[in-house]
Amino acid sequence: MSLHFTKDHEWISVDGKVGTVGITQYAQAQLGDIVFVEVPAGGKALKAGGEAAVVESVKAASEVYSPVSGTVKEGNAALPDAPQIVNEDPQGAGWFFKIELADAGELSGLMDEAAYAKYLAELSA
Amino acid sequence: MTRPTTASGHKGLQFEQNLIFEQNTPGATAVDLPPVPVAKQRLGEVKRHTPVGLPGMSEPEVVRHYTRLSQKNYSIDSGFYPLGSCTMKHNPRLNEKMARLPGFAEIHPFQPVSTAQGAMELIDTCAHWLLELTGMSAVAMSPAAGAHGEFCGLMCIHAAHDANGQAQRKVIIVPESAHGTNPATAALCGYTVESIPANADGRVDIAVLRAKLAEHGDTVAAVMITNPNTCGLFERECIEIADAVHAAGAFFYMDGANFNAIVGRLRIADLGVDAMHINLHKTFSTPHGGGGPGAGPTVLSAKLAPFAPVPMVVKSGEGYTVEEHAGFGVAKQALGRMKGYHGQFGVFVRALSYMMSMGADGLKQASGDAVLNANYLMARLSAELTPAFAGPCMHECVFDDRFLKGTGVTTLDIAKALIDEGFHPPTIYFPLVVHGALLIEPTETESKQALDQFVTSMLSLARKAKEGRAAEFQAAPQLSPRRRLDETKAARRPILRWTPPASDKAQQAAE
Repeated sequence: MSLHFTKDHEWISVDGKVGTVGITQYAQAQLGDIVFVEVPAGGKALKAGGEAAVVESVKAASEVYSPVSGTVKEGNAALPDAPQIVNEDPQGAGWFFKIELADAGELSGLMDEAAYAKYLAELSA
Repeated sequence: MTRPTTASGHKGLQFEQNLIFEQNTPGATAVDLPPVPVAKQRLGEVKRHTPVGLPGMSEPEVVRHYTRLSQKNYSIDSGFYPLGSCTMKHNPRLNEKMARLPGFAEIHPFQPVSTAQGAMELIDTCAHWLLELTGMSAVAMSPAAGAHGEFCGLMCIHAAHDANGQAQRKVIIVPESAHGTNPATAALCGYTVESIPANADGRVDIAVLRAKLAEHGDTVAAVMITNPNTCGLFERECIEIADAVHAAGAFFYMDGANFNAIVGRLRIADLGVDAMHINLHKTFSTPHGGGGPGAGPTVLSAKLAPFAPVPMVVKSGEGYTVEEHAGFGVAKQALGRMKGYHGQFGVFVRALSYMMSMGADGLKQASGDAVLNANYLMARLSAELTPAFAGPCMHECVFDDRFLKGTGVTTLDIAKALIDEGFHPPTIYFPLVVHGALLIEPTETESKQALDQFVTSMLSLARKAKEGRAAEFQAAPQLSPRRRLDETKAARRPILRWTPPASDKAQQAAE
């Protein structure tokens, strides 16, 4: 199991060939109360950096981008009816979708936990 | 400060008002009418089983109800309304007088064109001045508002590419700072949206745009750019952008929502624009609080003009006719019809009244004063607030939330505290590319005195925030009829329909 982060504040936790994707604690705090979430359906092909899901808060509507290319295995069916889960547990129960990786090599272009923490520190400097 | 509670629930002369359905006095009515003879029921199974449920009320009760509701409104008529990106400017009463002339107000869209020649002349004259002000080749008058105008422009672009055997062009490039309607319009037209980031000074990065054009080659249909953009900045490289877009075989759509900042000062055609909608309700002062009505006439270049939608008013001899059908006459290549009837006619009357009463010099002064007012606010507020970009700005100025760092006060708290100060808050958290944005658009309507009052309040709030008085902000607004509303619950669990209390339902069932 390995955990990776994007500059757009998505995380992906990879177990074998399957990654679980969500938005980070920092992203949910920036968005504020989340009121609407749209997750991709199983079977959908995604490109790394392409639009994968939509998240809308009292402040803003934003896209969630896929950290990697691959095929969606499932979207988190709990989120559309209970978007607050993303605020409560963004890096756990608030995951957006699971994806079967097309190319595990893409992960090397992402940040690990330490690099992401450093990136956040730079952002708020 | 605790405020006394009252037995009535009213706060002084601020009235608490129940919903009209909750004021029902069965049988009460404004006038006594003779009983209606009961006709034979012919509705079969679909006949009503319950009363209609209209409340019984006397005339003074109805008048008071709506008067009190109107007193809860905030509008440009009652105060400063600096909602950025919305252009809440004064609507001269002359416009209203013209719109109420019986020849304009009491005509029907289905009456014979020969009996509505004045109205046709008005549409044609309004179109004429829009073309004069932009230097473009044609204008589609029917789009109902800004986003509908964008839709019209992109439909024309789609039709032009189809006619030129370029149907493979499926990509629209939009900057990240665009109005949300731009990517939405592109998606609705079936295009894929590619976004490009802004550069550090808040404008389109032309190098990135060129790279994007090269990457997508002959699949790019158009580039959509708002100018002045949503950061209140003029896109200085607009002509280079247009040249690059045209060299790629694509069209250049300019979002004209902010035309009010440049009207009378430059010709849109000189920027290389192929299509642009004009929000008459912004630039030309027609009222648009509460969501409408707007009007979004779309000006087109010579290459797109043949595809403009019907209906079109056509001058013929001394009078006017209307081309209603695509495929005929001047509408030979028209893309079809986008809206019933002739567009937002009442808005055309007001917009033309504004144009003609202002004149060329007046319109030029209006855009100049709008920009001057925004720069005045930017300069004075910079004493305590942090501008997101170096000035000068155009018709609106944007601040980020660096000035609130470490105070525990958010942009939202500042907006709520402004309500206590007696101001409509500016736009917040937009544009998205600015952290904790406050987007302030004063318009040319406001005098220096009005701007100074706003500055006094804003600077005082910023100082209070920096003095560590976060609790006061978190409690704001304290002086409004309602305290802070639960926006999250309103979005997650909206109650969209009133339902009678259970006791009423039981009574109705018994009837």
